[in-house]
Amino acid sequence: MKGAASGRWIAWVVQALLLAAIAGGAVWLVLHALGVLRARGVQSGFDFLLDPAGFGISEGWLDFESGQPYWRAFLAGLINTLRAAVPASIFAVLFGTLLGIGRIAPHVLVRGISSAYVQTLRNIPLLVQLLMLYFALTQLLPDSTEAIELVRGAWLSKDGLTIPWPVREAGAWWPSHFDWPERSSFNVTGGAALSPEYLTVVIGLGAYTAAFVAEIVRAGIGSVSQGQKLAAQALGLTPLQQLRIVVLPQALRVIVPSLTNQLLSLTKNSSLAVAVGYPELMSIANTSFNSTGRTFECIAIIMAVYLALSLSISGLMNFYNARVALRGWQ
Amino acid sequence: MLMNCGAHPAYTAKKSFHALNHITMKSFRPTLVSVAAAALSIMALSAALPAFAGKTLDAVKQRGTVKCGVTNGVAGFSAPDTQGNWSGLDVDSCRAIAAAVLGDPKKVDFVPLNSQQRFSALQAGEVDILARNTTWNLTRDASLGFNFTTINYYDGQGFLVPKKIKVTSAKQLKNATICTQSGTTNEKNVSDWFKAQNIPIKTVVFESFEASFKAFFAGRCQAFTTDASALAGLRNKEAPNADDYLILPELISKEPLAPLVRRGDDEWFAIAKWVPNALIEAEEVGITQANVDTLRADSKDPAQQRLLGTSDDLGKLLGLDKDWSYRAIKAVGNYGEIFERNVGPKSVLKLPRGVNNLWSKGGLMYAPPVR
Repeated sequence: MKGAASGRWIAWVVQALLLAAIAGGAVWLVLHALGVLRARGVQSGFDFLLDPAGFGISEGWLDFESGQPYWRAFLAGLINTLRAAVPASIFAVLFGTLLGIGRIAPHVLVRGISSAYVQTLRNIPLLVQLLMLYFALTQLLPDSTEAIELVRGAWLSKDGLTIPWPVREAGAWWPSHFDWPERSSFNVTGGAALSPEYLTVVIGLGAYTAAFVAEIVRAGIGSVSQGQKLAAQALGLTPLQQLRIVVLPQALRVIVPSLTNQLLSLTKNSSLAVAVGYPELMSIANTSFNSTGRTFECIAIIMAVYLALSLSISGLMNFYNARVALRGWQ
Repeated sequence: MLMNCGAHPAYTAKKSFHALNHITMKSFRPTLVSVAAAALSIMALSAALPAFAGKTLDAVKQRGTVKCGVTNGVAGFSAPDTQGNWSGLDVDSCRAIAAAVLGDPKKVDFVPLNSQQRFSALQAGEVDILARNTTWNLTRDASLGFNFTTINYYDGQGFLVPKKIKVTSAKQLKNATICTQSGTTNEKNVSDWFKAQNIPIKTVVFESFEASFKAFFAGRCQAFTTDASALAGLRNKEAPNADDYLILPELISKEPLAPLVRRGDDEWFAIAKWVPNALIEAEEVGITQANVDTLRADSKDPAQQRLLGTSDDLGKLLGLDKDWSYRAIKAVGNYGEIFERNVGPKSVLKLPRGVNNLWSKGGLMYAPPVR
């Protein structure tokens, strides 16, 4: 008894010492680095966040102009990240589920196309896909001066897809009228524009992640025992009903945890958008640390933000998972 | 801690440079990784070295090469040819220093850096000098831990537009979309200038210079903006048809381009400053690559004698020998020759000498006396 108790005590002390050493080392490293930066005349600190940014952001939900402070630029960047990641996630999940079902469809052509899609997209680096899609879009779309009107008010050109957008008067709660895009001297102005950069990121990220989602969905459906399907058949359910009522709800238990990983990857991969000129968080941070020289600080901010985003997504998905999981099993 | 363990500082530092180099050169998508690596290697350096590096000259001599940070390829300033030989105004700045310090203009390791990586690379000690058409401004000089050396090109920011949009002045660019590169002074200048003119514009900002001009030539933007010197290179070398593009007359900013070094090593700073000064003075007193040998043998002009080390030994004051400036001139020629060869009327850029002429000929190039 006595031996076991002292063993536990020693283990505690060793662990505490180890933890203190790691924490101490980390603090020492940071303090020393700061000291060296100061000695070399490199200024550091987060005070720059209150200074005016001095650069513009071309698109986004949060209005931003160059006189506003850096923190607001970062916020606009974060909102732009979400503006791309959320639609891309929805697209990836819906399209990926269809593809996953397509992978096990009885029809050979459907199965073949789905397989080819999955194998191609998930085996080419995402950055290459984004750049290809972007340059294909900018080459193929009609020139800004020759924008084509798809339906009334929706213009397609190298400026992207421009659509009418409701605007509200200052002080009003509800939009009172639409802002219709019009062709001006050399491009389309007014309305709301979905730029080629934005379209590239949403379609590119969504299509790429869909390939992974498809595999997860296929595996999930495969994990439901054959007996369940046969039983559903015996009950006289149509193939679609079998899938919807019997197979998919059970498959979800396998699918959801892996899907969480894919949504996390998608959100983090959205930082690749900087390569195709979409002003998301990474792009804003790039510009900011270059004009202020606060490299450490800007990288710390992006790390913190992506971590917070990822933890929120996994929190949400875990909550959803707890609802679909089999009661009493976990 | 590492220091106390007795690790040889140079060894540890070299290792971390190597790791960084590997990442920046090979990685397909370098920015975040390399900047993080640079940040980490500052930390590693800080562990290995007390306060600051110092003695860059000793390190350069020991290594036998000058590490020179350049662009990934901007015609006229620093660009590799198909055989991987670098040429350009900035490249010659580094070659002149290598000739003065090591006696051989070929002993330069060129490290291509994009505009986001460049400052971290210099801070971390990956390069000894950054000659990467970098604008000298207060923020960079005062808060990044750098010293700017001698201005080697007075530039200004301009616009390139396709002729078919029928614009002849930047003031007609209302509602236009303008492509540019992130991490440059250009991005902020363009925002300032149009704000002052009260003209709404949109910018599309790319991580790499190449992506930014490719998008422009694909027609994504109505205008492209960067330093006027680089615009000439783009129009003449990258445009599908140079005659379809026009450089607008407005220059919207001052962009004095100068190589820079880390703070904390005044000896190296002095060398990086005085080698280019000597090349400017060489032009003033009429020493060229062609006549440098004859003048060294029999010049009676005190100014020429002083610069060529046949009378005074000025090199000693810089920690070099008396032939330092002779070797630099012999290697790359005087400033005027460097300009002619890389960006002047005979080069692909065809830029006029303009404000980059000597002060005595109506320009801004003025070297403090080398004496």
